[in-house]
Parts: sequence; C-alpha cells; structure tokens
Amino acid sequence: MKKIFLVISSFILLKAQAQETILPVPSQSQTIVLYNGTLHKGNGEVITNAVVIMEKGKITYAGPMVASDFKDAKIIDVAGKHIYPGLILPTSNLGLVGISAVRASSDVQEIGEFNPNVRSIVAYNTDSKVINTLRSNGILLANIVPQGSLLAGSSSVVQLDAWNWEDAAYKTDAGMHLYMPSMMAQARGRFGGFGGGGTQTPSTDPVKEALEKVEGIKGFFRMAKAYLNETSHEETNLKFEATKGLYNKTQKLYVHANTVKQMLVALDFVKEFGFDLVIVGGSDSYQVADLLKQNNVSVILNQPHSLPTAEDDDVDQPYKTAAALQKAGVNFAISDDDAQTRGRNLAFNAGTAVTYGLTKEEALAAITLNAAKIMGVADKTGSIEAGKDANIIVSDGDILDMRTSNVTDAFIQGRKIDLNDKHKQLYEKYQQKYNLKKGF
Amino acid sequence: MRKNHLFFKSDTYRMVFVFVFLHVASVIQAQVTFPENGVADPRHGHYAFTNATVVKDAATTLTNATLIIKDGRITAVGTGLKVPAGAVEVDCKGKFIYPSFIDIYADYGIATTQRTAGAGGGFNFAQQSQLETATKGAYGWNQAIKSDAEAYKVFTVDDAKAKPLREAGFGTVLSHVRDGIARGTGTVVTLANEKENLVMLKEKASAHYSFIKGSSTQSYPSSMMGMIALLRQSYLDAQWYKNKPALEGINLSLQAWNDVQGLPQIFDANDKWNDLRADKIGDEFGIQYIIKAGQNEYQRIKEMKATNATFILPLNFPQAQDVEDPADARFVSVNDMKHWELAPTSAAAFEKAGIPFCLTTADLRNVNLFWTSLRKAMEYGLSENKTLEALTKTPATVLGIYDKVGSLDAGKLANFLITSGPIFYEKTTIYYNWVQGIRYNVKDDSNIAGTYALTIKSSSGAENYTLDVKNSSSLTMFGKDTLNTKFSFDGKMIKLSYAAMTRRQRPALPTDSTQRRPGGFPGGFPGGTGNQTQSLPASATRLSGVSNGMEWNGTGLDSAGNALTWTATFTKSAEVKTDSVKKKEMPVVGKVVYPFEPFGWEEDQGPKQETLLIKNATVWTSEKEGVLQNTDVLIRNGKIAAIGKNISEPTARVIDGTGKHVSPGIIDEHSHIAAASINEGGQSVTSEVRIADNLNPDDINIYRQLSGGVTTSHILHGSANVIGGQTQLIKLRWGANAEDLKFKDWMGQIKFALGENVKRSTSSISNFSNNNRYPDTRMGVEQVLMDAFTRAKDYKKIWDLYNSAKDKKLLIAPRRDLELDALVEVLDKKRFITCHSYVQSEINGAMEVANRMGYTVNTFTHILEGYKVADKMLKHGSFASTFSDWWAYKMEVEDAIPYNAAIMQKVGLTVAINSDDAEMARRLNQEAGKIVKYGGVTEEEALKMVTLNPAKMLHVDDRVGSLKIGKDGDVVVWTDNPLSIYAKSLYTIVDGIIYFDRQKDEQLQKQVDAERARLVKKLNGEKRSGAPTIPAQPSYQIMHTCSDHGHNHGLLVIDTDDTSND
Repeated sequence: MKKIFLVISSFILLKAQAQETILPVPSQSQTIVLYNGTLHKGNGEVITNAVVIMEKGKITYAGPMVASDFKDAKIIDVAGKHIYPGLILPTSNLGLVGISAVRASSDVQEIGEFNPNVRSIVAYNTDSKVINTLRSNGILLANIVPQGSLLAGSSSVVQLDAWNWEDAAYKTDAGMHLYMPSMMAQARGRFGGFGGGGTQTPSTDPVKEALEKVEGIKGFFRMAKAYLNETSHEETNLKFEATKGLYNKTQKLYVHANTVKQMLVALDFVKEFGFDLVIVGGSDSYQVADLLKQNNVSVILNQPHSLPTAEDDDVDQPYKTAAALQKAGVNFAISDDDAQTRGRNLAFNAGTAVTYGLTKEEALAAITLNAAKIMGVADKTGSIEAGKDANIIVSDGDILDMRTSNVTDAFIQGRKIDLNDKHKQLYEKYQQKYNLKKGF
Repeated sequence: MRKNHLFFKSDTYRMVFVFVFLHVASVIQAQVTFPENGVADPRHGHYAFTNATVVKDAATTLTNATLIIKDGRITAVGTGLKVPAGAVEVDCKGKFIYPSFIDIYADYGIATTQRTAGAGGGFNFAQQSQLETATKGAYGWNQAIKSDAEAYKVFTVDDAKAKPLREAGFGTVLSHVRDGIARGTGTVVTLANEKENLVMLKEKASAHYSFIKGSSTQSYPSSMMGMIALLRQSYLDAQWYKNKPALEGINLSLQAWNDVQGLPQIFDANDKWNDLRADKIGDEFGIQYIIKAGQNEYQRIKEMKATNATFILPLNFPQAQDVEDPADARFVSVNDMKHWELAPTSAAAFEKAGIPFCLTTADLRNVNLFWTSLRKAMEYGLSENKTLEALTKTPATVLGIYDKVGSLDAGKLANFLITSGPIFYEKTTIYYNWVQGIRYNVKDDSNIAGTYALTIKSSSGAENYTLDVKNSSSLTMFGKDTLNTKFSFDGKMIKLSYAAMTRRQRPALPTDSTQRRPGGFPGGFPGGTGNQTQSLPASATRLSGVSNGMEWNGTGLDSAGNALTWTATFTKSAEVKTDSVKKKEMPVVGKVVYPFEPFGWEEDQGPKQETLLIKNATVWTSEKEGVLQNTDVLIRNGKIAAIGKNISEPTARVIDGTGKHVSPGIIDEHSHIAAASINEGGQSVTSEVRIADNLNPDDINIYRQLSGGVTTSHILHGSANVIGGQTQLIKLRWGANAEDLKFKDWMGQIKFALGENVKRSTSSISNFSNNNRYPDTRMGVEQVLMDAFTRAKDYKKIWDLYNSAKDKKLLIAPRRDLELDALVEVLDKKRFITCHSYVQSEINGAMEVANRMGYTVNTFTHILEGYKVADKMLKHGSFASTFSDWWAYKMEVEDAIPYNAAIMQKVGLTVAINSDDAEMARRLNQEAGKIVKYGGVTEEEALKMVTLNPAKMLHVDDRVGSLKIGKDGDVVVWTDNPLSIYAKSLYTIVDGIIYFDRQKDEQLQKQVDAERARLVKKLNGEKRSGAPTIPAQPSYQIMHTCSDHGHNHGLLVIDTDDTSND
C-alpha cells in the first residue's frame, strides 16, 4: 500500500467555461482506485476504510482495504468521505421538459389516450442544462418518463453523461406508462372562505367512469395479445407491436396511481395479463402495503416531500410512507418529481424517510438498488459490487443530509465526469464580479 | 274556494284614510283607480273566528278567543268578543290561530339572474380581462355595484312560487334582486295572489349587499379582498358624491347608494368568516348589517355574538354522505362529517348565545323541505318560542313592518294561520293560510274525525252502520261485524267502499292507511283490515257522496248493482288526543373544535401560556452569542425571560433539552396560507386590497407548519399584477380567529410584482398574444409603477393642500382613493414593499423608479437573479428573500442558481429563505441548511435566514427572530441540528404557548381517528335507517399557490384560479 500515490482529489476545477464546454468523458482507460472511504454498497452493507477499484467501466473490487500494486492506476484518496452508488432518479421528465412554462420547450406528453408506441428516449435532450445540476447532487441515472392520460408510452433509463440520446441510453423502453384515471368525485360548489357549499348533487359515478376507461385499456391489451399470437398480420399495428415487451417481460407496466381503488384496480394487469407491475405515486400505498407485497408489486414514491393527502392524515404521513412499505417488505424506490427543483433533492427526500423510520442504508437503497431493480438494471448498476458498472459517487459527508452532502467525485461507467454545471459557473462568474474569492 | 272581492267606494273620506293613514297596508282585492268590468260588488271580508286558541305572538296565547277581520285587516282579537253584525262567524273550536310567518330572505317574485363564476372563480390567468363595466347608462364604474336595482319595480306576483311558501306558513316576504355585490333595495310583499299594487307592503324596505359578483362579467373584483375593497371604496365614493363633484357628472349608482342608506342594510355573507368580514366593513362606515348567514356559524358563535348583528339563518343542512365504502370515506374529512352532524345545532346556538335572528327558507333545495329542516333545528335545541319569534316578530321588527305584520293585533294585516294544534307539534296540520284577509287552503280541514251513524237505503230497506272516522283516509265501519273498507275524503267529496271481511283479515284493526307501518312489511301489515292497500273484492259496495258538514249524503251501488242512497250523521266527536309525539331527546353530537379542522381544540382545551424552562440544550440564539452549548432557556409570560446555565424556576414546566437543539421560531417571509383569496388580478394596480380582510384561520396548513417549526408567516398577495395588495403578518396561533392570528402592532407591507406573471406571459392567452391587460412587457411594468406613484404624489399634494387650508367650508374634500392611500403610505414610509422579482433588468428598473419617486423597495422577494445585482440592492437598501434551489420552471428563472443566497449574503445583504409553498414551509430549516451546502455560508448565518433576517425585513426583529431576553417566546425545540434533514420539531412554541407538541400530536391523531370512526358509524346508521344519502364527497381543499409550476400538494388540493404567486 505504500506505493499508493495520493492524489488530492481536486474539487471541481473551475475555469471560466460555458455549460456548452462541459464535455462528456471518453470511456475509462485508466484504472481508478477509491481509497480509504466509507463504502455504502447500496445493498445495505457499509464498509469503513474501504477500497473500490474501477477498471474499463466496471467495478472489479469493492471491499476492505487490500494490499495491491496499482502501477498505472489513478488513486483517489477519499479518507473521511463516503462512497455511494450513483443515485437513480426513478421518474423524471429530464431532457423532455426544458422550461415547463414554455410550451415550445416541452416534449413530454403526446396527443391521445393510447400511445404505447411513443418512446421517451428519442426526445431526451442530453444538452438540457438541468442534467448537470443533478449530477452535482449525485444523480447519475434517470428514468425518462412520458406523461399522458391512459397509455402514455415507454420510458427509458439514461446515464447522465452523453453526447446524444443514443449514447445516453442505458436501458431503452423498459417501462410502459399507464396513468390510471381518477376514481374520485370531482370537487363541486364553492370553497374556502367564500362559504356556500350548500347543495351538491353529483351527477356521475367517478369509479364507474374510470372503470369503463380501464376496461377500454384491458380490451386494448387483449387485442394486442391476440395480435401478437398471430404469426403474420394483414396489417401492422404499431400500438399492438409496442406492447410486446410487456408480454415477454422485457418491459414493466408502470401504473401512475395514488388511491387505494386505483392501485387495486391496477392489480388486474398482474392477474389477467401477468405484467410486472410498478405503482408510481402511491401516496396511499401504505394502506395496501401487504397486498402490494403479496402481488409482488413495486412502488415508486414520487415525492415524499409532499403534504398529507387528507386533512385528517398524520401531518407527517408522506414522510412515513416509505417506512411503512419497508416494513411490509414492498420493493420501493423514492423519486423527486418536484417541478421547481427538477429532481436535485432526490437524496434529501430519502433522508426525510430516515427521519421518519427508515435506516440510512434502506433509504439509500430506495434511490439506488431498489430503483435499479424496478427498472430492470440491477444486473448492471444500483450497488457497488464487483462486476457492475462503475456508477459511483463520492461525498464529503452523508449524502442524505443537505447539511453534509457534497459530491466531490462521480463516475459513470468508470468515467470520472465533470461535476461542473451552469449554476457553479454562474456562481464562479459572480464571485469574481464581487471579488468574493479569497486570493483571486 | 271563492274569493272575496272587497271594494271600496271611491268616497273621499276613505281615500284619505286608506292612503294617508294606512299607507299600503290596506284592503286588497281591487284598486280604486281601476275600472270595473261589470257591476260593482263591494265586500268587506268581514269574519269572526271564534272559539280558537289565538297565539297573538310568541309571548301571548289566548284560549277560547275570537279574531275579527275586516277589509283585509284585523279589527279585534280577544276573549269574550261579540261577533259583530255583518261578520261571518267561523267556528274554530279546537283550532289554533297564529300570525303567519315572514321570510326575510325569500326569493319570490323576482326573476333570477344568471350567475357567473363570481366569488369562487377568482382571477383567471387564462382569460382575457374585462376592465370596464358592460352596463350601459349613467352608472358607476363597476358592474357588480347594482345599488340602483329596485326590487319593487321588477316584482311580479307569482302564485306558483307563492303557493309552497304559503303552505309552509308564510304570509309576507322580503324579496330583492339577488345579483351583484351591491343589490339595491328589497321590497316587502304579501303572498296573496292579487295585483302587485295591493300585495306590496313597503316598496323599499331594505338595501342588500353580498360577496357574490353575480352576473357581472367585469374582471374586478376577482377576489374576496377585492370585493371588500370595492365596498369600502363605494362607501367613500358615495359620501364624496354627495357634493356633486362636477368631474364625476351624474353617477346613478352612487346616487342610489346614498338614497338607500336609511333602510335596513342586509348583507348576504353566507359563511362564518364572511359574516365577520361584512360586519367589519359595517363597523368602518357606521353601519350595522343584518347578516344573512350560512350553515357554519355555530363554529364561531362568540364571534357572531360580538358582531351585534341580527342574523338571518337558513336551514339547508348538509346531506348525509354515504361513507360505507372505506376507500371513499377516506377522502371525506372529519370536519365535513362533523359539520353534517352539527349544522342543525346552529340556530339553537344563536338562541343560547342570545343573538337575535330570523329564519328563512333561503338556500333550501326546495321550500317543501322547510318544515323538516325546521323541526330538525328544533330537535337540536331551538325552542318553540324563539322559532315563532324568528318567523314573525323579529323579521317584522328588523324591516320596520311590525305595525303591519308579525303578530295578531288589531290594525295589522289579516295574515294568519289556522292549524289543527300547536304549530310546532309534529302532528299539527296547517289548514288555512289567510293572507290579507283572503283564505288560502293549505290542507283541507279534515277534522272530520268522530262517530257517524250511517244509514243505507235500498229497495230492500235500510241498514244501519256506525262509522268511526279517524281522518280523511281512514275509518272503521261496523254493523254486526267490522267490515273491510276503503275511504277517502277530499274536503268535500266522500268515497267509501266496503265488503264483508274475509276470515284471514281478522282480528280487526283500525282502517288507517296513514299509520306508520312497522318496517319490513311493505304493503301493509298482515292481518290488518280495510287497509287502503288491501284490495277489496270486486263485489264491494261502493258509495259516493258529499259532506254537508255534520251530515253526509250520497248514492251508491251494491254488489249486485242495485242503486242505494245513504246518509251519515255526526253523533260524537273523536277523543281529542294531545300530541302523542314526545319531545325528542336532543341528539348526542360531537363538540365544536377550534379551529373547525382536524387537530382543532375543544373549547378551553387549547394550549395555554406557560412558564417553560428548557434545560441543557444546544441553543441557537441567532444573536451575537451564537450557538450556546448546555444552556437553559426560560420563557415566562410569553416572553423569553432568561438564557443561561443552571437557570432554575420552580414554577416552570421543564423540558429536558439534553441532546436537543433550541432555535428561534421559523419566520416565513413569503407565504399564502390561511387566506380566503390571494390575488386580485382584476386590475394592474390593486393596492386597495388587503390580505388582512380575508384571513382564514381554518387552514390545516397552520398546524402542519407549526409541526415544521414555523411561528410567524408573512401572508402575501399574489403576483397577478404589478401593484398587488397589502400583506398581513400572522403568528401561527392555531385555533385563533382572524383578528387574533394577526401579528400585533406591525407596520404593514404591500406586494409588488414584476415580470412574467404581471404581463401574463405564462398563460395560454399570452401564448396566443391575447393579453389585453396593460402591461404586456417589462417596459410597461416600469410605466405602471411610474404612473401609480405619479398619481399618488399628485393625490398627496391635493390632500396636503386641503388639510392645510384654514377654512374648509368653501372647499370640497378631495375624493379618498384607497388605492392611492396605500401608495401614499409607501411614500410616507409607513408601508413597506415586498417585490416579487426575478431578472436583473426588472430589479434594476424597480429600484430606479423607487429612487426617482422617493421610496425604497424594502424587500425583493424571489429575487432569483439577485446575485447579479446584489451590489445595487445593497446600495438601494433592500432586503432579499429568496428560494434555496428553485429554477427552470419558467423563462425568468432560467438563470436562477442555488448559490444566490450565499452571494447576496456575502455581498452584505440581509437574506431570507422563504417558502411560497405550504409544503416547503414545513422544511424551511432544511432549506436554510442548503445555503451551507451551496456557497458555504456558516450554519449560524444560514439559520438566521429563516429567523432573524426575515424578522428584520418585516421590521419586527425587536420582538421575534432571535433568542434574546424580552423577545417573544417563539421557540422551537428540535431533535437534531435544525439545519439537518434529520431534525424534527418536538415543540413549537408561540408566545410561550406550546402550539405543537409531537407527543400531543399523536394523541390528537388518535382523537381525530376516533372521531372519524364515530361519525362514519353514525352516517352508516343514518343510511341503514333509510335516510337519504348522497355519494361521498371528497373534502377538497383550496390552496393558493402557483399554477405555472407544479407543486405536488396531493389529490385533494385544488389550486384556485387566483394563483401564480411565486
């Protein structure tokens, strides 16, 4: 070990460069060794004074210190720091939405209710300025999800250091997204301080209406199945073709649903079609956690930093839901779909779940390994284990707490990526303006 | 029945008498000036109702009394009166006579107007503005001010509408045109089906106001506070208009406004908080409104009492919801269920509190529901006397017509009810409703109960039977045996069929189809006889005839088809039974909680001010002392009394702070909770509107934010327009009313806004370049500011001139303009600005205008490009209140960076981190923590960004924002370093009162769950008992937030149209 050459890992090298010059890094050629950090593997295991070795984009070793001679390796001393798997944002409109208020910059929702053939990956913009701000907070992979009503299309997992969407594609079309219609009566009458609220005569049964729509979707899937059973087709149906992955299990069905009725209706897709089901949203999932477990359904909690659904709810319910799912043994991931911060607070959403019942390693798994499992990429990423892609971050302190989280290094497939972003650049620019940097 | 046409001869004496002394309360039936087509038929409707129990008013009941009416009026009432010659005597033995009811808020005889979205709609970013009134004519500027409306001019008799009201017992109503914020005058009319000329008792009886825009399509006002401002300005303008200012010309709206001020002023407020809002307007202008209430006033009865108003109470109680399905019930809040349970107690609560009130049929889905609802209110504690008063004397007195109606006294209108018994008894029937001396049948006097001797004659001789008549549809008939019968009496005609009883039908039970059947046996009870639903054999003998009073005569056919004649003679009265229904037990109901929300406190169960000693904690002072280890904090009399080591105070409640952190209460510089409306976007300058006018203490987010350590919130107007409204600082005193929420002795602020929201860029209309409200560019935004302050300066000048004049007699006071008053306050440094702003150009522009016009922009809020112009802001003297890490949700935040706060702080600005969001406000401590991460501000300085710094920009740092002896006892005890994600508030203390206690919260949650369970059970019981239910209604909550970027507030939150506050 004496031969190890300690490289003082430089914080971000701040040059006066524009976002446009933050370049994707070529594939890993030199072996990289992270030395003497606290390793959080993502699978619950924590190893202090650990070493992680990355070669040709893969993790070749992750464990306690070993004596070794890394002749040509780049050795990064991470003493006192924490090593985590690269975080995974399990639902995001990243690269599809530039500025949500500007219609021209939005490519997230197609016209129509049956769009299984629509693919998010082709609209993913690798030049979105948001991407680098996420990397700065440790997010290295994201699931790019189309929006819609009913069948919105397929999502793909991307890695966040790429020239174009083809480079970025980590696993394409692995999720089909169904937005479950609401099964709640719509609001009527007047509200709040305006008083009134006298007569309320609901006209239709929202559950019945929703079930009719769901029946329509099932009808679609039945026809698609029959179509796929044909050896040849008179006419090609792109929408039916697009469902192939659901039947051959290369694709999961993500059902965006929050209420108990919506989630239970979604189970039909497991029972009748045998699809792998993921509930997205799941704000009331804690009420049916055992049933979800029983049916092998995963859950993505969209944003624990939310208000309770009902006034009567525990004021901290959204913070506690993750712990309830954990307790029931449901595989769940935590996401951050906040439209104002664009996902950068993913780790802190997980941190809140720790405050309200998870262990830190469970919370970490919810934004790494669990998410990888849901997205079908756990064979490649989600934990720091030999053989997996070297998607790794290093933080000065606990990544789950904004008080200590500070990502100093990040590696995507062994490539040490540039952690600069538009925000740091503007920070740099105006520090110079006001002469705030010592010794400048 | 036949109508009695009374007609006065046109002799002069009578003319004078009628029109001078009786004014409108005169005879009815025909008008002197109207020609008669035919032969004159003068009658006087002269009747004497004898042997009656006459309830003259709630306090006076005469038994065996006589009521004499003539010419539509009561001429005498009393005992031992002689029936005058010329009067028709009506024997009312066993009957009761009451003054007929008065509905002070009926919707009668006035065509209903189409209502637009009105108050609930709010400002809509997606719609073009209508900036001017669409009313043509010499009226005022605002379409919702319809003070010139005169109900008496548009009133028409409408017997179809009058009939159900009469049948409910009403004889007189007040009607007005229910349209607009000011609605002009109401008119008192009777419900007689006569010419309008004769039923109108008082053409202008009242003036009406509301918080509903009605048919007005004008954009302004689009908010509750805008409506309040419009009313206030209208009072001022009307006063000013009295001097006939030449520049105004003729303004019929203001003229009418002034003309109606002498009348009783009725305000349709319709909700407990709106009642108080209305009353406050009244207080300002010396007016005591009569307040038309909603259903929820019982929730704040003390506050209702304090208004000193007389109330008009509707009886439209919430319908029971079907909550059998737990998945549906989950979305019905405990307070909605509680409201269903408690709404019927409202009238009783008014009575108990000694608040005068009238009752109305208004808001009922159907007038026919009046009695059911009224009985429900009585079952829940409303007394009979008070009910009668609320339907007679009180409304009559309020309207100044007690000399005409409201009791049975000589000289008053002959408006009275004849009933079968005490009017509020469940079995009592109203037979007749006499209006202005005309009889209207309600339910025919079917008091035919008694024993009759029946003789049936046929060619073969006579047979005798006895009829034991119960009521108009049931009797028992027997000769040797009891017979199977079917009977009906419609007031005149009689039908009776009978046949011998089959064996199965015995033993005999009375023929009584109206008797309540035991449940589970639809179609009659087995073994019953002669029940209407039981078919008679085709061979039954069928009689029909006519009641001639004590004797009935008729014909018939027997089973063989032989003709019969018959006579039944009354022999004996039925036993008069007193009301068999016992006074029902008052139902057991839950308790009112304050606020009327989950986690509210029962009366006197709320937290109290205590002497609190927090021992051995890490204390973040936000003062120069910094963070103190192992330190005690003593809070006494609501103030911080001591900070130090080893403090002892034997009387104090001790909180062990070992391992805990103590910080000042969090202060949120930018919040939109606890308000009924946030944006008045109807115009680009609305400095006249005030958040303070429409605080809403029933906001669950107050409690939720307490759980996040927030103690003080600055409630801002939204960003719909350049100069928005006046803001309000509140303390999160959960359970307090609107007044008590306010931060006392605080110098007010006003919201300004720049950029995309005020030029309406993000809305769909602007995507089509359709915005028609100035400004549409940042160039125009600057000019709006220039113009507003130029006008304010001129305004100030003219007032200064006026105020300095020695002799004001020759001068007309300038018009007071609430909009400019607020801006003059800014110029006079009596009001501070908090200015929504994003990009550097507009920030510089706003400061430049301020410099030119001589004011300072106190706070730039949002200020996401503040880092670009921090040096200039420092020079200008501004504070900065920003988000930690928001960006990229709209164009103007494209360059927002999370290092913003740190840069501004390092340049020397006082920086706050705000929420603008009910969710994030619960984690403001963590948002401050991010400033350590982004830019390396020290932890102490970061915490100041949510404590002392916002206190400074709100100019209340002498009282809150840090832990310093003498400051308010607003303190949070945290489990961890308050900047950490792992920190939870254990105690949030405001004024030395523990408003949030994490342990107590668990108990409260259990109480909420238990109360839910109780109410769900009760509602399910209601459903099972066969009561009608409506499908479960999810309890949606209105949240005033930004629609142009998507916070996640959950399934039950509705963003209102008056949004875009960020």
